[in-house]
Amino acid sequence: MAVQRKKRKRRELFALGNEAVAEGALLAGCSFYAGYPITPSTEIMEVMANRLPLIEDGVFIQMEDEIASMGATIGASLAGRKAMTATSGPGFALMQEHIGYACMVEAPLVVVNVMRGGPSTGLPTSPAQADVQMARWGTHGDHPIIVLSASDVQECLEMTVTAFNFAEKYRTPVILLLDEVTAHTREKITVPDPDEVEILSRVTPTVPPEWFKPYADTARGVPAMAPIGSGYRTHVTGLTHDVMGYPTQRPDEVKDAMLRLFRKIDQYYGDIQMSDEYMLDDAEVAVVAYGSVARSAHLAVEQARERGAKAGLLTLKTLFPFPRPAVEKLTHRCHTVVVPEMNMGQMSREVKRVNNGRTKVRTINRVDGQIITPSEILKAIL
Amino acid sequence: MADVTQLIHDYLRHNKKFPHVFCAGCGHGIVLGSLIRSVHALGLPKDDVVLVAGIGCSGRMAVYVDFNTVHTTHGRALTFATGIKMANPRLKVICVMGDGDAMSIGGNHLIHAARRNIGVTALILNNQIYGMTGGQCSSATPQGDISMTTPFGSLEKAFDIVDMCKAAGASYVARGTSFHAIQLDRLISSAIMHPGFSVVEVFSPCPTQYGRKNKFRNAVDMYKWLKSNTVKVETLKDPTQKPDDGRIPIGVFRDVEEPGLEERYFELQRKLMGQNR
Repeated sequence: MAVQRKKRKRRELFALGNEAVAEGALLAGCSFYAGYPITPSTEIMEVMANRLPLIEDGVFIQMEDEIASMGATIGASLAGRKAMTATSGPGFALMQEHIGYACMVEAPLVVVNVMRGGPSTGLPTSPAQADVQMARWGTHGDHPIIVLSASDVQECLEMTVTAFNFAEKYRTPVILLLDEVTAHTREKITVPDPDEVEILSRVTPTVPPEWFKPYADTARGVPAMAPIGSGYRTHVTGLTHDVMGYPTQRPDEVKDAMLRLFRKIDQYYGDIQMSDEYMLDDAEVAVVAYGSVARSAHLAVEQARERGAKAGLLTLKTLFPFPRPAVEKLTHRCHTVVVPEMNMGQMSREVKRVNNGRTKVRTINRVDGQIITPSEILKAIL
Repeated sequence: MADVTQLIHDYLRHNKKFPHVFCAGCGHGIVLGSLIRSVHALGLPKDDVVLVAGIGCSGRMAVYVDFNTVHTTHGRALTFATGIKMANPRLKVICVMGDGDAMSIGGNHLIHAARRNIGVTALILNNQIYGMTGGQCSSATPQGDISMTTPFGSLEKAFDIVDMCKAAGASYVARGTSFHAIQLDRLISSAIMHPGFSVVEVFSPCPTQYGRKNKFRNAVDMYKWLKSNTVKVETLKDPTQKPDDGRIPIGVFRDVEEPGLEERYFELQRKLMGQNR
């Protein structure tokens, strides 16, 4: 008897990077979007405005600014939704205080920042990768955070799903950094059948409300989360809090709370730090790139190989926590590491830190609103 | 224990380390009492009430009561409340803010919450000063008054919260005081039950940071001032005009039935989904 296979419902789209992000979010179970229009991220919001009202309980709301967008997103997350917002540089700057709040109260959510040229209003329609360190350190106070990136349109979809999964699994805001080129490139993508994608959701408490400790330490370091209105009447505060969620200044409680915040990310580095290797096995020159620059680098590596140079490429998909092991390996093996990026060297300083003077780190930096071409990278390789 | 005290106790969190942060003579405890009495009188289950607070003395209110409570960032409480209400419209979302919170840093969110008529109740505890940071002038400090940052008298006009919320389109706007506790219970109850955005401004004295610097000898003087310097709006000949004698009108200034944003949104969604099927 023939095995009855369920027919997979894949869809093929000719989509922008931004549209792929929205597709990925919906695939991951996002049911809440609050945002404010800003170039070059607006298409994400527009797709959500069209789609969410057609999904059961899907909520789309346009807020008065990016501060409010983040506030509403956190509120929805606390009420049990998978929530997201998307923005670009200036809006991302406005969101920083609330990103810190989300870290502190451990609200799972996704923030997409489509990077454009800055500082200030800068180059609204031109690409840049200048918000990398802001994504890591933008909010005040010491905090762990996950920052991801994508280099093509299919990856925009996949990394958005990953971003939601990480957010839910680790109860943390996750930032997805795209650049204007990736966001506005139109390519053919495959939207997978929801059944073929692993979707994670936050752990909810199983104990009765009177036993529930909303910020209790667990082996995973990630406490269960009770949505507002589920009968667990918890207190959520941006003040440093004890395991019950109540404000505390006791050094022992403060220390435990802070260390757990870091540990819940630290102990899963292996899961979180993602990168792709291309032709690195015998490489003598390695390019470390992310975002649309990784695609230029891919071609540059191919061209270098054609000319007999042993070149390879490491594409960073996770930017923070910085994929130290993957980069460290290269600094031991290669005589040169090339770091091309559309900023004055925000990621190359991380590479240099890991390199610790071991090998040569060559940087290629562009801040003129233009993409880095394969030939520029090729020149640095040869 | 008096019945009222017993009632309040039933709504407090007993696993929280008291004492609270409010000074002697502060009006905020009276407002919290009034809020608890209102919720109790309306028979709302604690599980369905969400108290969202901003930052400042009023912000600390949230931690003491046994509701779903969220202590947010300075000025942004309404944005969180909007997210919560849209995510789960079944919940009764009450937002507690101070005057600096709601009108200075969070003024933009207040006018937009009023404009979109989101089904949230905003309690604005107006003590005319930044209390927690030590008595700096706020956008509700009366012109000429002394504060730590206006040592020679404030040059700026104070915001009229009621006027502004009315102008921005809030469908329920009221003003009460910590002195008129019985009226306040009534105002808060009707605000909570009101569909759409409701605002109750409450004059709540701050003897420590405001009274001391502005010729009030003690807290009792401030409550006496509230008694003699307010007038019920319904007793005014023309309720749209402010009294010539400078007294502050209190009561309900607007009460119109308009469906809240969440009602309109989910109605649209039902319509759209009906069409799609």
